[in-house]
Amino acid sequence: MQIEDVTVEKHDDFGGGYRLLVLRAPGIASESVPGQFVHIRVPGLYESDLRRPFSIYHAGNDQVRLLYKAVGTGTNAMLKVAVGDTLSVIGPLGRGFPTDHGDTFPLFIAGGYGVAPLSFLAQVMPCKGVAFLGAGTASDIFCVEDFERAGWEVKVATEDGSMGSKGLVTGVLDDFVEGYGDPTGGSDKAALEYYGCGPGGMLKAVGDRALAQGCQGWLSLDRHMGCGVGACLACVQKVRNADGDVSWARGCREGPVFDAREVVWGDNE
Amino acid sequence: MSDATTQPDMSVNIGGLIMKNPVTVASGTFGYGPEYAELVDLNQLGAMVVKGIMPDAWEGNKTPRLIHTDGGLINAIGLPGPGVEGFIETYMPFLRQHDVPVIVNIWGRSLEEYGDVAERLSDVEGVHALELNISCPNIKKGGNQFGTDATMTADLISLVRSRTKLPIIPKLAPNVSDIKLFARVCEGCGSDAISMINSMPAMAIDIETRRPILANKVGGLTGPAVHAIAVKLIWEAASVIKIPIIGMGGIMNGDDAIEMMIAGASAVAVGTANFIDPSTPVRVIQDIQDYLIRHNYSSAKDLVGSVVV
Ligand SMILES: Cc1cc2nc3c(=O)[nH]c(=O)nc-3n(C[C@H](O)[C@H](O)[C@H](O)COP(=O)(O)OP(=O)(O)OC[C@H]3O[C@@H](n4cnc5c(N)ncnc54)[C@H](O)[C@@H]3O)c2cc1C
Ligand SMILES: Cc1cc2nc3c(=O)[nH]c(=O)nc-3n(C[C@H](O)[C@H](O)[C@H](O)COP(=O)(O)O)c2cc1C
Ligand code: FES
Repeated sequence: MQIEDVTVEKHDDFGGGYRLLVLRAPGIASESVPGQFVHIRVPGLYESDLRRPFSIYHAGNDQVRLLYKAVGTGTNAMLKVAVGDTLSVIGPLGRGFPTDHGDTFPLFIAGGYGVAPLSFLAQVMPCKGVAFLGAGTASDIFCVEDFERAGWEVKVATEDGSMGSKGLVTGVLDDFVEGYGDPTGGSDKAALEYYGCGPGGMLKAVGDRALAQGCQGWLSLDRHMGCGVGACLACVQKVRNADGDVSWARGCREGPVFDAREVVWGDNE
Repeated sequence: MSDATTQPDMSVNIGGLIMKNPVTVASGTFGYGPEYAELVDLNQLGAMVVKGIMPDAWEGNKTPRLIHTDGGLINAIGLPGPGVEGFIETYMPFLRQHDVPVIVNIWGRSLEEYGDVAERLSDVEGVHALELNISCPNIKKGGNQFGTDATMTADLISLVRSRTKLPIIPKLAPNVSDIKLFARVCEGCGSDAISMINSMPAMAIDIETRRPILANKVGGLTGPAVHAIAVKLIWEAASVIKIPIIGMGGIMNGDDAIEMMIAGASAVAVGTANFIDPSTPVRVIQDIQDYLIRHNYSSAKDLVGSVVV
């Protein structure tokens, strides 16, 4: 973790309604793993306005790349950031996805900005799997080529059917799992490993499937952040340990990636 | 008077606790120490104030717990924590490795609980003072009741006083009609210093759903929005007591801290600003020092209460 004043090297439309921000951030880039995030002080807000969290889309060559969508005050202010500007960034933060997953067959399930950390993960994972991307409509689907270039199969679902299968991403996922036979000719569903990042409902659906099938699942949860470093206790998520004890974990420290078995759904609010 | 070759004396004495400079951090905004340690050198702080501790481990409120509003934050974290034993075990070894006095912020659901935590912490190596949170607006039992009723404030401080020899620093609520009364009560019951202000009760509503945004419905406002309120209350309190004041409320930079010291604070604490820029306390220390040099003060103490009225 470090705090770096970084230079904006690129800021462009990306697709899917997202913008790409490329930052020269040698320190943060050298430490980052997929699933971690950075905390950005957005210029042009009140001096007391909190930093905003963004997943690391890619890190390497002294650069950190982010994908973001303008949804509110902070992200709209980010649209005004220009190439050459300096931003204060804290990162990398949180616990990312595990990359040493043994012999399992990885399935990625992504919605919204969730494709960003999973694209990063696809680059660094030693083996290939299938990426399931979901959205409302075709124009909200992006990063397909990232996964294909990394040698991954991509399956798309849109709610209006304008791209890929019609319906929710869990539909194509279920179809795939149904027909899954492992490479050795068996059909051991426990050999699957799930990695999810996206809206809460989608993550719960993925987590439920992993648990029901006795598979390992990793879910990146989006908790509202304050400090981003573990001090304020704003970003908490209810978790259950192996003994069944329930406690709060911090989304910014113990998360944002949680083991699907730990997550206690619906008891945070 | 200092000349260019002598550095001003930055140290301050807070009821027997010597701080090497007048800048600390506000409870609840800096964790228990390790959280910011990769970004900030704790040894540079005048003191380290940890998040509120009570006898038992405590869950705190449901989420959302923290939101931003124009000019500040509203929080209803609800004082989650590991309890006094968990704190001692988990965090004191880390804190003892540092060269910074530790002030433990304590709270309870009853008078006795305050007394119990105070006594338990009294002989723990590395604990230098206790800040009594008598003013947190988030807990239904205790909390605000102690800090907004002068009789209860007196009972609480007297009880804690009888159970510890550590310096005790009650933390005052801003939402009282006569701050001077509470400052006098604190001094009269044996406090070594006071700190002020805690957060200001506040609320935000989502106009689309018409529901309060915080799960706890109401919370406490902090940040620049409360700074001017804090300056006024510190100025009033300082006019009636001799014990030192640790001032806090919306300090974002050196100027805000210096203003508070001029109003009457012997030391200051940076709170909300840590979330936005963790280097704020260190910057504030430098800014105070530069100010003292620029104005030919030989000591930070000369600044305290120097307001010209
Ligand atoms: C670990 C993590 C990784 C993220 N990665 C990305 C990413 O890669 N790309 C991306 O576009 N977005 C990402 N987000 C979401 C992004 O942080 C929010 O969209 C952004 O903070 C909203 O700021 P705003 O000021 O524009 O919106 P606001 O005006 O504050 O609110 C707009 C919306 O954002 C949500 N929001 C408000 N405050 C927070 C907060 N403190 N934390 C999270 N959400 C909030 C609100 O629920 C609301 O729906 C991530 C969030 C987290 C927690
Ligand atoms: C997230 C958060 C948590 C806090 N927790 C505590 C606490 O545990 N005990 C306490 O006495 N004050 C607590 N406070 C109040 C601060 O210590 C301080 O009094 C207040 O924030 C005013 O300073 P500021 O405007 O610089 O933040 C908390 C404040 C915030 C923002
Ligand atoms: S955002 Fe402050 S503890 Fe996680």
